Amino acid sequence: MKAAVIVFPGSNCDRDLAEGFGTAGFDVAMVWHKDTALPEGLDVVGVPGGFSYGDYLRCGAIAAQSPIMRAVAAFADRGGHVLGVCNGFQVLCETRLLPGVLMRNSGLKFICRVEPLIVATTESVFTSAYGPGAQIMIPIAHHDGNYQIDDAGLAALRAEDRIAFTYRDNPNGSRADIAGVLSANRRVMGMMPHPERAADPVHGGTDGVALFASLAQALVAA
Amino acid sequence: MKAIVTVMLKQGVLDPQGEAVRSALGSMGFAGVAGVRQGKVIEMDLDDETTEAQVAEMCEKLLANTVIESYRVEMQP
Repeated sequence: MKAAVIVFPGSNCDRDLAEGFGTAGFDVAMVWHKDTALPEGLDVVGVPGGFSYGDYLRCGAIAAQSPIMRAVAAFADRGGHVLGVCNGFQVLCETRLLPGVLMRNSGLKFICRVEPLIVATTESVFTSAYGPGAQIMIPIAHHDGNYQIDDAGLAALRAEDRIAFTYRDNPNGSRADIAGVLSANRRVMGMMPHPERAADPVHGGTDGVALFASLAQALVAA
Repeated sequence: MKAIVTVMLKQGVLDPQGEAVRSALGSMGFAGVAGVRQGKVIEMDLDDETTEAQVAEMCEKLLANTVIESYRVEMQP
């Protein structure tokens, strides 16, 4: 199994995300944002957290226009799996691979703490190893994690069971407590919380392990 | 020539920063500030042949996220 993690100027969770994939059994390639093609034979692309391009203009906006994101969009269009975490979620929304936007937290403050999440669907390759409705503890660290989507978009997410995770105690004003969403084909997921920061006992929690394990199981079976 | 692009959150989209500014103005004693919306202004120096339609395309593709933001383009000689 092969994963790639995209590295933008300002990414700071790229190695953590690579570690998360690696621990689950993936060979991981780091791919620089100026590259125009992804490695051959990839199973999944990770778009990591951080502050790509200094969050200039809007979080994720400049990264979304980078050469490698065209290749990632083409990979997703071919049915490839893509996981975006934190800034990576913002980038996937800016590339329109996922619906909605991430706005400034309603309390205006940067929030960095472990937050309880509810697994809202297990019908995805990212969440299948969790129990339905399970409550998990995953760290968040963001200033712009306030997920917003219009009424029609929210109705579609609900009708198609595409809300992956919700916050138990909505920390940032996100509509419908949404912490993570899936694409229409369920192969692209973005989430603000950091599963790769809860993937080893030394992190203080391991509730993120099941996400990478879900992916590994699904891709081995495929 | 120049283009001045003003990007604002659409009406109905909650603007927590604008709301914080409004609240700060109130607590400083400025009465009667019913609402504050915060946006951005982007000034561009352009080749003389650049058309307003090209600037609008820049707005659609990068300068504004049209899911939540609207933009206004003002071309200046």
